[in-house]
Amino acid sequence: MQSKVTISGRPTMSLPSIQWQNYVVYIFFVIVLGFFAVTIGDKGFLSVTNLFNIARTTAMITVIAVAMTFIISAGELDLSVGSTTALAALVCALVIQAGYPWPLAFAAAIGAGLLVGCLNGFFVTVIGIPSFLVTLGMMQFIRGVDMRVTYTNPVSVTNQTFNSLFGSGKLFGIPSLLIWSVVVALIGHVVLKYTGFGREILATGGNRQAAEYSGVKTRRVKFYGFLLTGAAAALAGMLYTGMMQTARFNFGEGAELMAIAAVILGGTSLFGGKGTILGTFAGSLLIGTINNGLIIMGLDVSEQMMISGAIIIVAVAFGKKPGQA
Amino acid sequence: MPAADVLQMIDIRKSFASIPVLKRVSFTLRKGEVHALMGGNGAGKSTLMKILTGVYSKDDGTILVDGQPVEIHGTAAAERAGIAMIFQEFSLVPTLTVAQNIWLKREPRRAGIFIDNAEMVRRSRALLHELGVDIDPETPVGALPVGYMQIVEIAKALSKNARILVMDEPTSSLSEAETEALFELVARLKASGISIVYISHRMAEILAICDRVTVMRDGEAVMTEDCAGLTVDRIVEAMLGAGNAASFEWHDRGPRPEAPPILSLRSLRLPARVNDVSFDLRPGEILGLAGLMGSGRTEIAETIFGRRAPVSGEVIFDGRPVRNQADAIDRGIALVPEDRRKMGLVLDHSVRDNVLLPNLARFTRNFLVQDAEALQTVTRTIRELRIKTDGPDKLARLLSGGNQQKIVLGKWLARDPRLLILDEPTIGVDIGAKSEIVATVRAMADKGMAVLVISSELEELMAISDRILVLHGGRIVQDMNRRDLTSEEELHHAIQGHHIGPSDDVAA
Repeated sequence: MQSKVTISGRPTMSLPSIQWQNYVVYIFFVIVLGFFAVTIGDKGFLSVTNLFNIARTTAMITVIAVAMTFIISAGELDLSVGSTTALAALVCALVIQAGYPWPLAFAAAIGAGLLVGCLNGFFVTVIGIPSFLVTLGMMQFIRGVDMRVTYTNPVSVTNQTFNSLFGSGKLFGIPSLLIWSVVVALIGHVVLKYTGFGREILATGGNRQAAEYSGVKTRRVKFYGFLLTGAAAALAGMLYTGMMQTARFNFGEGAELMAIAAVILGGTSLFGGKGTILGTFAGSLLIGTINNGLIIMGLDVSEQMMISGAIIIVAVAFGKKPGQA
Repeated sequence: MPAADVLQMIDIRKSFASIPVLKRVSFTLRKGEVHALMGGNGAGKSTLMKILTGVYSKDDGTILVDGQPVEIHGTAAAERAGIAMIFQEFSLVPTLTVAQNIWLKREPRRAGIFIDNAEMVRRSRALLHELGVDIDPETPVGALPVGYMQIVEIAKALSKNARILVMDEPTSSLSEAETEALFELVARLKASGISIVYISHRMAEILAICDRVTVMRDGEAVMTEDCAGLTVDRIVEAMLGAGNAASFEWHDRGPRPEAPPILSLRSLRLPARVNDVSFDLRPGEILGLAGLMGSGRTEIAETIFGRRAPVSGEVIFDGRPVRNQADAIDRGIALVPEDRRKMGLVLDHSVRDNVLLPNLARFTRNFLVQDAEALQTVTRTIRELRIKTDGPDKLARLLSGGNQQKIVLGKWLARDPRLLILDEPTIGVDIGAKSEIVATVRAMADKGMAVLVISSELEELMAISDRILVLHGGRIVQDMNRRDLTSEEELHHAIQGHHIGPSDDVAA
């Protein structure tokens, strides 16, 4: 009886009819788009080429952020995705350079991503080290591997099928990078929202103990989550490679932070249990749009960084529910 | 001539969300007295003590300390008035030493800046010596046994010149030796003029060390008497109230069909408290498991559910041992765990998602959860269990305790389990929801489901069970047919370790 009393005594939100906090990312997206349309619409911001350009440059972050939504929803974090991006890019480029067909290179790159995911998953779910630490260490370790593989030399890719498929190509006039990111986001959306695995991810992040008692194998669920981020990072690595027609050891530097920002902007809870892929997609586009607009406005890199950082904080602050610490 | 009252709480009133929890309660404590405070769950004893220690503020009434009125707003004010709550273990920082914990935020300083470690240790040693315990003040608290942590708590309270101590179930996690040591300490504190409010469910313990007993029921103090000459019967009667049993009636469901047992425990031994437990449970039977808090009931439940591995002995379900939790769930065992908020529910998820969680595989086709089909099950569960919610998408957090518990029950009943284990199913559940839960469980048992109910509320066990086992000292000491039990007092006696009744016992 007492516990019941405490519940009703607590000022739990008296549910506003629409929780606009859930839509902050879309609201900000419209505001930012509107602002740039008014201020720099005549400088080419609104041209189809530029809009496609935004979509192309954000594709890699989007792909990583979709998988990141899963792992964050499960209550974990993966900081190693950026380095894994470069690892997969190099593996893929080296396999192609060695004369093997590109599908084999694709498989090898995904394999490299899964291997990193396996290691992360092992240390987090079997050994029991917090994912922040495991993946922080892994981020550093893999980046070291990236530098070592070719002694920081770039590896160029001359296979035009590969480059067109993963980077510069178009299908019905739509850039392949945009297609990749939309496809990945759609698959992610369906998996998170409509499959048992997705529900188990959310339950694990929402209350691991209750999920366990309900029969969810939470450690396995998290392990799969790390496989996802590994594989997504690998795909992002190939998208960079295709776009640049080259693989470099420094691909994806800072991508982990951009992806996390996109996920949180989108409305996914950093503490797990609540995740939305559509929000993540919008979050990624928002970041890309801000960066693009600021460049067109002619701002210097330092100014771009300050402004986009500030916008991220403000947007997340608006998305915070009242009363939550 | 009785000693002077150090504490008088007069006509204390408190309501939460217009539900009165304390209705003009008066309570006095004499100097050097150990005064037991008793009552069932929700009787109001915790609320009263939280008012005394400044966690809640009273709506009305007067508190006098040494005859002077005091206003206790906040825990700091309680501390200034010389009142301290002794927590069992959780309010100490495990990584700090005993001395550091005792003087936390009040460290003696040299030149007002640098913490004087030597002085801190010296004072702690003197304090602990006074308490007659041999604890090195430089040991980290985390390295101490649980019983000692409580002593450190007491030392900390005394270092703040507390003269009134509130001890809440102080022996529930202590071994017998530690309990003895604590009793000696209580006697010593008493002799030095400290007054103690002692909250406990253990009658024998109370009659042994307390001077007076106050019993609370439904937000009122219904009895205050000297322990000398008081019997367990009198206390139990006061706790239950005359004719209170009417809230839910037991009715004889008749003899259970002679089916072979679906669950058999054989010489189960679990770490710490369970030494040798064996029993059988038949399909359609409702078996109650009674015992004091901390007697190992929950551990037994979790072992049956496959979450714990026994040290020795086995759990046989439907002819085969239970291998692990996944195996238990697959074969039709369901557990409604002790703490629904922590283990039962994802509070920030909807009613629908919570009900579906253990049933996802059943509704998955071609990798996709068939939500339309699943929703039918969810709405049926809401309807059949009468879960009061605006709809399946309302967050579990926003429902009342009773309705939350119905979700936990419902998510398992949707699987049609063959064995349902209920661990404290009605804590924090209002009386209406309580009887609905009981009715549902009975109906399921009538259809052949075996039920194991664990509860501290004997009234509830008496209302629902066909048969009741009493767990004491790590063994089943009584196995009684509900039919042979005439009163709740009998069961009360039994869980305190007294042998009762003509019924057949097992493994004494």
